[in-house]
Amino acid sequence: MTSIAPLSRRAVLGLAAAGLLAAATARAETPCCATGDLGLIVERATGSLIVVDQSERAAVGRIEGLGDLSHASLVYSPDERYAFVFGRDGGLTKVDILARTIVKRVVQAGNSIGGAISDDGRLVAVSNYEPGGVRVFDADTLDMVADIPTGSKTVGLVDAPGRRFVFSLWDAGATWIADMSGAAPAITKLAGVGTNPYDGLITGDGRTYIAGLFGEDGLVRIDLWAKRPKPERILPHYGRGREKLPVYKMPHLEGWALAGDQFVLPAVGQHEVLWMDARDFREVARTPTHGQPVFAMARPGGRQVWVNYAHPLNDTIQVIDSQSHEIVHELTPGPAVLHMEFTARGTEVWVSVRDADRVDIYDAVTFEKLGEITAKSPSGIFFTARAHRIGL
Amino acid sequence: MARLAAVLALMLLAGPAAADEVSPDRAARLQHLVLQDCGSCHGLTRKGGLGSPLTREALGGADPHAIAGIILDGLPGTAMPPWRPLLTETEALWIANYLLEEPAE
Repeated sequence: MTSIAPLSRRAVLGLAAAGLLAAATARAETPCCATGDLGLIVERATGSLIVVDQSERAAVGRIEGLGDLSHASLVYSPDERYAFVFGRDGGLTKVDILARTIVKRVVQAGNSIGGAISDDGRLVAVSNYEPGGVRVFDADTLDMVADIPTGSKTVGLVDAPGRRFVFSLWDAGATWIADMSGAAPAITKLAGVGTNPYDGLITGDGRTYIAGLFGEDGLVRIDLWAKRPKPERILPHYGRGREKLPVYKMPHLEGWALAGDQFVLPAVGQHEVLWMDARDFREVARTPTHGQPVFAMARPGGRQVWVNYAHPLNDTIQVIDSQSHEIVHELTPGPAVLHMEFTARGTEVWVSVRDADRVDIYDAVTFEKLGEITAKSPSGIFFTARAHRIGL
Repeated sequence: MARLAAVLALMLLAGPAAADEVSPDRAARLQHLVLQDCGSCHGLTRKGGLGSPLTREALGGADPHAIAGIILDGLPGTAMPPWRPLLTETEALWIANYLLEEPAE
């Protein structure tokens, strides 16, 4: 063989291209690197997560060792590869859903209740019951970058555009806005929000923060686009002096609560969901329901709203039409339906049935059951499309 | 289940608090209720959340009848609801004793 002639520039480029092609082919053969239709399901009693594949309607892995996952929730990194899991025991765990491993875990407080990721994906914030307040962490390293004590159990933490976090103070009846865009957090404190805010949501446009109140009939909204945001009471006195029914599980506001041009919100202490005009925040209707609503979640697009209920009426889901406000379908998946998650375009809904150790998958249009996945005491279901939604 | 049996045996030995009207099957369901549904607010490990901690240490040897009373009638002004519509007095007392005797997971 003769000595190899210097490769022409074109040949080099050709080889490089071939190499890239080979690498690309290898990737295609190893379905490891696309996360767009993956998701995580919390197994609350065993401190584990199941990795699920939406297209396959199957579990594809499990991640263990996450501590007390009662009431756990999670958010995704912008690349949909990592999830940040907020446990009840104060644990903040970063997991890699491709490698199915824990990347890092810190126990950052004694007792916590959810969190959020900043719009730029750089910061993860956790709201804590004990000690009360919010702690903010670097999303890469989980090093703490800010500690914001509130002196109160802190709830309803959401991300807002402009590297901000918004959260409410259960004991103090206040909402704080933490602007993390500068070197140090700039905190705006809004008092007079109402008695015992229990959860909050932010609309998909990042404009409106709504907190539900446990201690009084009504909710509060804050216009984050206002020059000076202030709390404004909405749906006041919706209970109209009726005796409150016992609330065996707190409603949750986080989710897809906007159905077209209406908000749908769970009443507290009444077996009703409340419909509110999204422009003027006035009540437009209410729908009597099977029990104390926990989640009222609009199917993406807003055509219908799926509602689950508190103990002991938690074996049932009702589907309500957002135009007529009438219940159009009812299903009883089984004991302790805890959570529902829609696929991003609203074709399917996945339902965790805690005491049946099962997640059921339904066609969200025909209500036909499409499949099920075995899981140990499943609670929250989180699909990766949440990575690209404000407030999720 | 072995632990549950031990707790039941303990309670039977305890005399007046003996929950002889709570069948083993019902006891298992009450235990599940404590873990999962009380756990929603008080934590699966009973270390607290929106609700106060319910570990043995946190309850500090409180009177089981007082605890049963809170379970049955709730704590007005807080998020603790009355469970009387769902539980008998015997069952509430069973739960109170369970909380006092059983270490959290």
